Amino acid sequence: MKILVVSYNNTQPTTHNTQLTTSLQDVYLISDNIISSLGFTTEENMASFREGHTGIKEYDDLDLAPAPFWASRVDNEELSGRFTVFGNPAEYTRFEQLVICSVKDALSRCTIDITGKGTLFILSTTKGNIDLLKGNKGDPFEKSRTYLWYTAHLLQRFFNFHTQPLIVSNACISGVLAIIEGARLIRANRVDTVIVTGADLVTEFVLSGFNSFQSLSKGPCRPFDKNRQGLSLGEGAGTVILTGDASLALSNCPVKAGYGCSGNDANHISGPSRTGEGLYLAIKHTLERSTVPVDYISAHGTATPYNDEMESVALNRAGLQEVPVNSFKGYWGHTLGAAGVIESVAGAYSLANNILFHTLGYVEPGVTHPVAIIDGTFAKNLGSCLKIASGFGGCNAALMFHK
Amino acid sequence: MEELYIISDHCIIRNNSVVSGGKKVFEYDRGGEPSFFTALYRHFDLNYPKFFKMDNLCKLGLLASEVLLREKNILRRYPGDQVGLILSNAASSIDTDRNYQISINDRTGYFPSPSVFVYTLANIVIGEISIRQKFLGESTFFIEEKFNPERLYTQVKLILDEGIISCCICGWVELDGDHYEAVLYLVEKSAPLADGIAIFEPEKLHEIFLQRI
Repeated sequence: MKILVVSYNNTQPTTHNTQLTTSLQDVYLISDNIISSLGFTTEENMASFREGHTGIKEYDDLDLAPAPFWASRVDNEELSGRFTVFGNPAEYTRFEQLVICSVKDALSRCTIDITGKGTLFILSTTKGNIDLLKGNKGDPFEKSRTYLWYTAHLLQRFFNFHTQPLIVSNACISGVLAIIEGARLIRANRVDTVIVTGADLVTEFVLSGFNSFQSLSKGPCRPFDKNRQGLSLGEGAGTVILTGDASLALSNCPVKAGYGCSGNDANHISGPSRTGEGLYLAIKHTLERSTVPVDYISAHGTATPYNDEMESVALNRAGLQEVPVNSFKGYWGHTLGAAGVIESVAGAYSLANNILFHTLGYVEPGVTHPVAIIDGTFAKNLGSCLKIASGFGGCNAALMFHK
Repeated sequence: MEELYIISDHCIIRNNSVVSGGKKVFEYDRGGEPSFFTALYRHFDLNYPKFFKMDNLCKLGLLASEVLLREKNILRRYPGDQVGLILSNAASSIDTDRNYQISINDRTGYFPSPSVFVYTLANIVIGEISIRQKFLGESTFFIEEKFNPERLYTQVKLILDEGIISCCICGWVELDGDHYEAVLYLVEKSAPLADGIAIFEPEKLHEIFLQRI
C-alpha cells in the first residue's frame, strides 16, 4: 500500500511503501553499552553486579563540594585514555567523551548504517555540559556548549549522522522517555534504527542542588531499606540501539522494547505524589497495552524516603506487589539522564540471561506498602521486565521489555 | 486511512503581545505593571499566587496555557489522563541555571537554594501546567535548536494514534535572558466548528508559528 507520510526530519513529504499500522512491528534491542564507575562496557558492569560490588565511594574534592560526599564517578584518566582512540580529548568535554565512548562501543556490536537517512540519534540528558557554566579561567570550551542542542550538533558532526539528533530533557525519566519515543518512531515506520544515549555528570551544580534538598545519603544509598537516608549521585552514560531488523545484531538479541508511556502527578514539582498517581497511571496504561504479564520490575528506587514509598504505593495500586522488584541505584548511584537508559540495559540483560540482581544496600523492608524486593542475586526464568522511573516535575514513566 | 486531528485553538506570546483565538487579546503598556508577565497575570485575573514563586520559563508557559485554555473547561470533555503535554525549546532551563550557578560561585556566600534548584529542569514547566490544570497524561520535554513543526507533528500524532490521549497541548516555550516566546496549540481528535480551527498538519503549525503579532 502506498501512503503519503510526512518524513520525520524534512519538510518535504516522502512516500514509503509501508503500512501505517502501529504496534505490529517488533522493536529489538540489538546492541548496548553502559559506562559507569563499574566499567566501560555492559559486561564489565554486569560482572560487578554479579560480584555485588558498588561503585559508590567517598570523595573529598573541593572543586565539586565544600565537604566530603559519596558518589559514583567515572575515572577521568581512563575516560580520556579510551577516548583518544576516537578523537582528541582536548577538543571534547567530559560529557561529550562519555557519550561518544558509549555510542562507539554499542556500534562495535552491530552493523547499522549510522549515516543513513533512516537512523536517528536520541540524546537523553538532564544537564549536559552544565559544568561549563561556571566559566573557569582558561576553560578551553565555549559557553555555547551549555546549550543542549549545540552539544547534540557537535555529536552529529562527530558521527556524521544524517538526521538532526533528537534531545529529551525531562528530569530523571529522560532515558525511559527517550527509549519510548525511539520505539514509537520505529513502530510507526518513521525511522529504521534509533541510537538512544543517556548521559550525565556528577557536577558541583547538581551536587549542591541535591544537597540543598538534604536528599544525599551519607554512605552508599540503600533503596527500599528501612534505614535509607537518601540518594547517591552517579555519573555515566548508556546506549541502546533499537531496530525492527534483528539481523543487524552481531549476536543473539532476544529482548524487545514493548509499549511504554508517561503520566504526571499534577501534585507537586519537587515531591512525589502520596498516592503515586502519575506512576500508577503510566503503569496501568502500559499494562493495558501489553500482551505479556510482568515477571520482574526494575524500579527507580533512588533511596530517598519519599520516592521509594511512592513507588511502593503505585506498585500496590497496580496489583504488582508480588512481582520481584529491584533498584540498581546501590551499584552506580542515581545517574539522572543516563539512569533510564543504563537501567533499561541492565533490565534487558537480566531478561536475556534469566538473572535477578540483588537490590544492593537493601536489608530490611522500609516502605509502608510491602513490595517483593529482590534481596539476593539468583537465576530465574524471565519473559518480561517492566522499567519504571519518576522525577522532579511530577513526571513518571513505565516501559515494558519482553522476549 | 490516516486519522485527521484538529488544531482547535492556539496562543502566541511574544513582543509584549498576546494572540489567542486568532486575535490580539493583550498588549503590554510599559507604564503600568513592572513586568510583562505580571501585567499579563493581572490582566487575565489569574488568582494563582504560586505564579509568583515560579521562574520565568514556568511563568511564560503557565500564562500561555492559561490564555489558550481559558473558558474551555477541557476537563469537562476529557479525563485528566487523556490530556497530553508535549513542549520544546532551545535554551532548556538555562536562564535559571545561570542564576543558580551564581548562587554557588561564591563559596563564602554559599547557600544553594532548593527552591531555585528545582527550576533548573525544563520539564518543570510541564509540571506547573499539570498542577494548575490537573493534567495527568503523557508528557515530554524536547530540546530543539529552533521550532520544528515536522517533529512536533509526528510526536503528537503518534500518541494520539496510540489512543493514549485524546487531546494535546503542545508547542514552543522559550526563555533565555530577555528573550521570550511561547506558541501553544490545542490539538484534539474532534472539536466543535469555530473560527480559526484548522487541520493538524506541520505546515499549519509552522504558519501559525510565523504569524506576526
